[in-house]
Amino acid sequence: MIFVTVGHQMAFDRLIRAVDQWAGERGRDDVIAQIGETEYQPKHLEFHEQLDPERFRALVAKADAVIAHAGTGTIFTALELGTPILVMPRRGDLMETRNDHQIATAKRFEALGKVDVAMDEVQLAERLDRLGDLETHEVISTNASAELIEALRGFIHGENEPK
Amino acid sequence: MSGESVKSNRLKKVLAVSSGGGHWIELMRIVPAFEGCRVTYVTVETSYRSQVEGARFRVVLDATRWNKVKLALMLLQMIWVLASERPDVVISTGAAPGYFAVRLGKMFGARTVWVDSMANIDELSSSGQRIGKHADLWLTQWEHLAEPNGPMYRGGVL
Repeated sequence: MIFVTVGHQMAFDRLIRAVDQWAGERGRDDVIAQIGETEYQPKHLEFHEQLDPERFRALVAKADAVIAHAGTGTIFTALELGTPILVMPRRGDLMETRNDHQIATAKRFEALGKVDVAMDEVQLAERLDRLGDLETHEVISTNASAELIEALRGFIHGENEPK
Repeated sequence: MSGESVKSNRLKKVLAVSSGGGHWIELMRIVPAFEGCRVTYVTVETSYRSQVEGARFRVVLDATRWNKVKLALMLLQMIWVLASERPDVVISTGAAPGYFAVRLGKMFGARTVWVDSMANIDELSSSGQRIGKHADLWLTQWEHLAEPNGPMYRGGVL
């Protein structure tokens, strides 16, 4: 099963249309999508507007691959559960999000070897045909780095002790 | 103040605030830092409650800076949250709800932390840039965004 998600905040029709078209052409009937609030109705995908966190996590865990926008929430969830993930970043100039921060996220996590990236619909279709090649990455812990946890813990307890 | 000695003997009250999606997931990754504290989570989705079972949980409107009316209503909700919770520490991973919570937290005498989202790689988020002088601990998750006068880098949620 392939799980497609656009995240919590807004729809991302460019991604959903591209995957829908691909699923139709390839006759795939095992694609589940979370599409956000949108008028576009996928023809070849089982789709949901939003999913609660448990259902979302369960689908990421079960999926052979996750196809997503380049949001950190989705990326972390896939990394925590060890599911390979292919992202297509939202673009600021197309008003898909407020700026090009997802392009930076995609490139950073790709450089870290954590995600695969398709920059546009054409690359996405190509990558979807070779989903089996997606890199399996190391499963990450569900916690932040020890350095950050300690810095926060120290701040919460350290500087406010009774004098 | 006579209340101080009482205050120091009880659990630290932490108000942990974030909007939905990635901001919330990043907040969940720093939960171990709150061990031994009485935590109240404030976010924008009731369905997130089950992820923090046992902790206090409150929901505010999912407002962004693009909708001023909703934003004003959310501000009122957040004033009520701060007034009724009276936290010792306010910590946020963003975005608009966290910005308000940190600003209001200072006014209510709390110490405040801003952890800018890892999604902000080229520059700090707009809330993150504006919150600097109001956060006692002002963090970026990217070393290259750290500055001598803040934000500081102290590791990331990854």
